[in-house]
Formats: sequence, structure tokens, C-alpha cells
Amino acid sequence: MKYFVFLLTFGLVCASGLLVRPVYAQAAPSQTVAASEESYAAAPAQEQISKLKAEIAEAQSSGDNAWMLVCSALVLMMTGPGLALFYGGLVRKKNVLATMMQGFSLMAIITVLWAVIGFSLCFGPGTSFIGGLSHLFLRGVGSAPDPTYAGTIPLETFMVFQLMFAIITPALICGAFAERMKFSAMVLFMVLWSFVVYDPMAHMVWGKSGLLNAALGGAVPTLDFAGGTVVHITSGVSALVCALYLGKRVGYPQEPMPPHSVVLSFIGACLLWVGWFGFNAGSALAAGGLATSAFVATQFGAAAAAIGWGAAEWLRNGKPSVLGIVSGAVAGLVAITPASGFVGPMSALAIGFIAGIVCYLMVSKVKGRFGYDDSLDAFGVHGVGGTVGALLTGIFATSAINPIFKNRQGNVLPVGLIDGNAGQLLNQFIGVLISWSIAVVGTLIILKVVDALVGLRVPEEQEVQGLDLSQHGEEGYTFEA
Amino acid sequence: MKKIEAIIQPSRLEQVKSALYEVGVEGMTVSEVRGHGRQKGHTEVYRGREYNVDLLPKIKIEMVLRDQMVDLVIETILKSAKTGKIGDGKIFLYPVEESIRIRNEERGEAAL
Repeated sequence: MKYFVFLLTFGLVCASGLLVRPVYAQAAPSQTVAASEESYAAAPAQEQISKLKAEIAEAQSSGDNAWMLVCSALVLMMTGPGLALFYGGLVRKKNVLATMMQGFSLMAIITVLWAVIGFSLCFGPGTSFIGGLSHLFLRGVGSAPDPTYAGTIPLETFMVFQLMFAIITPALICGAFAERMKFSAMVLFMVLWSFVVYDPMAHMVWGKSGLLNAALGGAVPTLDFAGGTVVHITSGVSALVCALYLGKRVGYPQEPMPPHSVVLSFIGACLLWVGWFGFNAGSALAAGGLATSAFVATQFGAAAAAIGWGAAEWLRNGKPSVLGIVSGAVAGLVAITPASGFVGPMSALAIGFIAGIVCYLMVSKVKGRFGYDDSLDAFGVHGVGGTVGALLTGIFATSAINPIFKNRQGNVLPVGLIDGNAGQLLNQFIGVLISWSIAVVGTLIILKVVDALVGLRVPEEQEVQGLDLSQHGEEGYTFEA
Repeated sequence: MKKIEAIIQPSRLEQVKSALYEVGVEGMTVSEVRGHGRQKGHTEVYRGREYNVDLLPKIKIEMVLRDQMVDLVIETILKSAKTGKIGDGKIFLYPVEESIRIRNEERGEAAL
């Protein structure tokens, strides 16, 4: 009966979405059919010019749209299979499926939430803190661009690109409570988290009239090109809160819990690196020079961080490890996320190298000292890397790459500290502080609620048995078959 | 009849096996096992956490032989399994009371 009611409700939600949504999909046949040579010759000069202009705009628009659709797919690839393999390899083999299931289920759940209300709360016009309900059920989200966000791509492309960010962000948190959280609790937690933490934060940084929106004249302009605060600080800090609230895994740290397959993690990290080009370069929202700049910064940041982490480990342990160097690359990608699109290649090298070393120390030294069980280092890599990146963005951002600040006369103003705008560092700090606060307070409240409603942890005997069997009735590796 | 149980380095399995075939051994059971003697283990480090891996992968070969084969087989294993380094393994010798071929219920040495 319970399930029937659930299905009925789900069906009604979908149906009502169809009703309120304007029909546009099949409208507007392509206007790319080139006018014939004679019509150019016959038309007066003015008309010819405006025709040509329209065609150029059309060509740019389809170029940008093609790029943004590819980027959207790349960012989805980061969650599955990228993050699924990266995290799946790090857990013990009795939990490999449960870990992969967490990320994959978010690909489905967040997508539905996004269609119903999530996109509207993030990007609809609203207050400084949260968007309104004008895009409920994706109303008004069609092939027409919204020039406030991106003038050359359909708003619907922008919507689906942003959806992929909304998916991967909660998926990152799964690393902190891996191997011990109930699946039902995880689902409920993530639904609430996307409303309480992600949607407001995304709106503040990227939405119309958002408090921290640097591109659209927010009160405290925080530079965050692709999600250092919105994605990595929120997820990483929430991960820390989860790890502290849920407590350690049974047997941690006395029992050894090494990764069951560094090979899987290696493949996952490589997919993350590739997908990250969509994440960062795609955040230019067009296929122009800014996308190239962000693409290059992404590559350089990841490389320098891989070297930073690997070298630190080599010096300390006498051996550079595979897991170390790929974790370093991920840390660098995290740190370069807010900075890409604002910094040049040399700054990207510096940001990556610093992040690689800081995250290594965080994960290998500081975590051990405090004794919390952030199982897969979601905080150590994303929380710390995101914070380092967001602050360093305030130092290295330059108007030579992205003239984002202009005065009333349209003159370009300095952006980061190296441009001479020391105040930006303070803005970055405030942005970081706000995202830490939302993450800590929001996550704590949600954990209390979910704990009271369904309980957070699996019973001890189920944890020992493994989540694959106890939560999903399956095993990742069945050699007898 | 005697049973020989030899624990050897995984890397020596192929040499030991072919040497045993050469001296006329007709059957054996091989399993992948983990364990340690005096060698103890090694340390692995994942993201700064050290794990002591004290149980190392080894190969266990079990054979039941006619009494007159035993000395030759032990000598063969010693020759072919030895690398001279710590961790080369051990050979254990047991008396066997009975052996029975399941297919036709032959007993004793005829079942080997």
C-alpha cells in the first residue's frame, strides 16, 4: 500500500509538471538554412549586414551550445563512473556496491528534484539568499537563452549543465560516511541537503541577485568560477560534520582498512581529471577564450598538485604511491576549480602545488591527530582543497584573464591581490566563511532530523557483514558465478 | 603412504611443478594461501596510514606418495623451490592411513 501511494504521488508530480510546462519542444524549426546568393544580391546593404550578423550569432550559438552539451555530459561522467570508481576502490570489498550505489542513486534523485524545484531555487529570480519559484517544473526553461546567465545558449542547456553540478556535490559527501550509513538515511539526508545547503549556496554565488555573485553585482562579490565554495567547501565541510556525527567505523582505527582496489581508484581519478575539463572550462558557459583559459588552468593545477602530493609522500615515506599521486591530482582539481577562469597558467601551477602539499598533510597527519573517521577523505581533499583554492583565487585572480569587475564608465578594475585589489581576499574569506557556516549548521540539523526519523547507521552486525549484502542483497565480486 | 605438504614462494611454483613431473609425481593439489614464518611481513601506506601486512601470499602444494618416492620428492622440492632468501617456505611430512579412489573405490597405494 505504502509503495502504491508513493508511485501515485510520483506520477502526479510528473503529470502536473507536464501540464504547467509550456509546449515549446517541437516549435521553432531551425533557422540555419542559409539564404541563397541571389537574395543577398537583391537585398539592400543594410538588410544584408543584419542578415549576416544574425547568421554569425546563430553560428556562435550553435558552437557554444555544442560545447556546453558535451561539458554537461563530461560533468555527469565525473559522478558515474568517475567518483563511483574512485570511492569504490577505496572501500573494503564488502562495501563496493553500496558506495557506487550512493553516487548513482543521486544521479537519479537529484535530477528529479532539479526538474521539480531545484533549478528554480538556485537560478530563479528571488532574494539574495535563495531563488524563487518562477521556474517550478522548469516553467520558462526552453530554447531561448537567458542573457543574465549565458546569452548564446538555450536556458535549457544552462539548466542541464548546472544539474550535473547539483548531482556531484552531494555525491562527494558520501566519502565521509562510507561503509556505515543506512541507504534509506542517505537518501533522505541528500534530499534535504540539496534544499538546505546546495540550493541557497548555488543561488548566492551564481544566481540572479545572489549575495556573493561577483558577475552580477552581489553585495560581497566572491570569485568562484566553477564551484570552490558552492561544490567543494559545502560538500567537504558537510562531510566532516557527517564523519564526526556518525562516529567511526566498527574497528577503526585498530583494524586495518586498506583500499580494496587501488586500480579502481586510479581509473576513477583519471576519469575525474578528464571530466573536470567539462566542469571548469564549461563554467565559461561558452566556447571562447575564457573556456580555453580555464581548461589550461585545470590541467596545470592538477599536474602540479599530483607532483606536490607525490613529492611530499616520497620525502616522508621513501616511496611515491599511486594512490598518493592520483589523490594529489584530485586535490589540485578541487583547488583550481574556483580559480580557473580567473588565473593564468603559472598561477595555476602555484595553486595546484600548494593544494597538493596542504591536502597531503591534512589527510596523512592532521586527520590522524584528531582521530575522526572521514573514511575516504572527502573533507581532507574537498573541504581543505576547496578552502585553499577559494582563498588563493583572491590572490591570483587577474583582470588579464577575466575582466569581471568594471566601474560605471566600463573601465576594467583590478581583480585579485596580484592586480592590487587586496580587498578581494577579504571577500573570498567571507564567501568561505558563509559556505562553511551553511554547511556546518545545515548538515547538523539535517543529521538530527534524519537520525530521529530513520536512524543514520546500520546495526553493527550489518556493518561487519558489509553494506552490499545488508543494504542491497548483492555482492560486488561473485567468483563462483 | 606419506603426505607431503610444501609451502613455497609463489614465484617458484612453475619450476617446482615441472621438476616434480620429471621425477614422476602424478598428482598434486595446489592452493593459494597466506601466512608467515620468520619472514614476517611488510608495510603498506595508503594516504599516510600504515598497514602492516604480516600474512604474505604463499603457495601450498599437497601430495600423497608411495613411501619409496618420498626422499626423491623432498630433494626435488628443496632444489627447485630454493631462492636462498628468507621466506622460501617449509616442507611437512605426514603418515597417511588410507587413500580411496572415489570413482571405483580402489584402496591403498593403488588409489594414488
